Amino acid sequence: MSDPERRRSPLHEVHTSEGATFTDFAGWTMPLKYRSELAEHAAVRMAAGLFDLTHMGEIVVLGPEAGDALDAALLGEISAMEAGRAKYTLMLNGEGGVVDDLVVYRTGPDRFLVVANAANRETVAAELRSRAVGFQADVQDESDDIGLLALQGPLSLDLLIEVGGFSADQDERTEQRFVELLTGLKNYRFLAAWYRGHPVLVARTGYTGEIGYELFVAPALLPQLWRAIREVGAGSGLVPVGLAARDTLRLEAGMPLYGNELTPLTRPQQAGLGRLVRPDKTADYVGRDAVEGFDPIGQRILVGLASDGRRAGRHGYPVRAGDDVVGEVTSGALSPSLGHPIAMAYVDQVAVSLDLTIDVRGTALPARVVPLPFYTRPDRKA
Amino acid sequence: MTAEQELKYTAEHEWVDADGDTATVGITAYAAARLGDIVYVELPGVGDEVTAGSVVGELESTKSVGELYAPVTGVVTEVNDQVASSPEVVNSDPFGAGWLLRVRVTETPELLDHAAYRQLTGEA
Repeated sequence: MSDPERRRSPLHEVHTSEGATFTDFAGWTMPLKYRSELAEHAAVRMAAGLFDLTHMGEIVVLGPEAGDALDAALLGEISAMEAGRAKYTLMLNGEGGVVDDLVVYRTGPDRFLVVANAANRETVAAELRSRAVGFQADVQDESDDIGLLALQGPLSLDLLIEVGGFSADQDERTEQRFVELLTGLKNYRFLAAWYRGHPVLVARTGYTGEIGYELFVAPALLPQLWRAIREVGAGSGLVPVGLAARDTLRLEAGMPLYGNELTPLTRPQQAGLGRLVRPDKTADYVGRDAVEGFDPIGQRILVGLASDGRRAGRHGYPVRAGDDVVGEVTSGALSPSLGHPIAMAYVDQVAVSLDLTIDVRGTALPARVVPLPFYTRPDRKA
Repeated sequence: MTAEQELKYTAEHEWVDADGDTATVGITAYAAARLGDIVYVELPGVGDEVTAGSVVGELESTKSVGELYAPVTGVVTEVNDQVASSPEVVNSDPFGAGWLLRVRVTETPELLDHAAYRQLTGEA
């Protein structure tokens, strides 16, 4: 059954022993689920979940003009970021369409870590290289040398503290200092820390809508760290989580998925990401003229749709107003947390206020436009 | 409940338990596991005529949709209402409490025996 063309995580054997069912994803064989994707979803909302994200791309940009090179390559003022901060941004093509959505971490004055979707790793690395020409900046695809785990859910901070073995610097006596820094760590900030003598980036980022952390470590360290987190979480409801639940979690959180909500034809303003386009940005960047000149009037925009019952609209299903097709579902599922069907769809702006239906394999499912995200974690609700 | 070894199967992963002219139909554990956690089941109505090989229902998980094919031709005499309210029973007990419908059979096509079905799913 094994396909030599498909890459495996250093945690593959661990996943097998955890009972994983695997799926092919962007050239990788990764866990789809372990036992029940609904239970995994619920665990992340109620307790915590542990994800293997080895497939993600990690590209390092370094040099005295690394920030300037990234300003020219991406949306946003990357050079103005402070070290220790992370930023969600987009790489655009010349037409203002989305090449990939990225999280950029400033790991030092002259050093940035760019995290790309697995399917776009090569494209993003190649584009960053070509866009860095003329800058004193070097682009290195370190995806094979950086492993990534995510620990997400309301108990994630408590569990990460309980794991132990982390220290604020190479001196392991700084464990207490690490705990203080971690406890005070705000959203989209990270710590350059150590785990049992090995460097680790502990970032408060994620893709679930919960409080959570992403841990960047050497691939060889993944099994040890995975087991350590699983052991401390065993009595608290922590479970390993596969890609199936990762998708329903991010959908409820209203987060776009590249390939569904974001494509080379999608403009940021259509996807609800117009805030990332800053007309006051000083540096020129690829796609600037196209994206700043983009007129969203008359275009399709991304909306959230909610329905009753248990049948869900799915990727590619038409959205109608009466008999007219006015849009298309990009992601949809029966929301495990909310108990009713939800979908993200691109809909003609003029049709957003009309009575809409989703064509679910020939049946018209009434759908109402609702604000995103569908789900907000309890402590964030107004 | 008939032992899995005694049931007949289709290549679309339904099982058939024939008792006289009545056949009880469900989906196999293999199919249920492949689909994932089932959250919605649509079944035909009692009295509907079904034709072997045609789509008569759907099973949805959060991730995908599976079609239910009629393994035999006949009239639906009973459907399992429990799976409508608790679709997860199809995952937890696909060969028992997760049965889907009963059909008064007028015609049964060639079906697979247990060994042939296991061969098909690579479990043999």
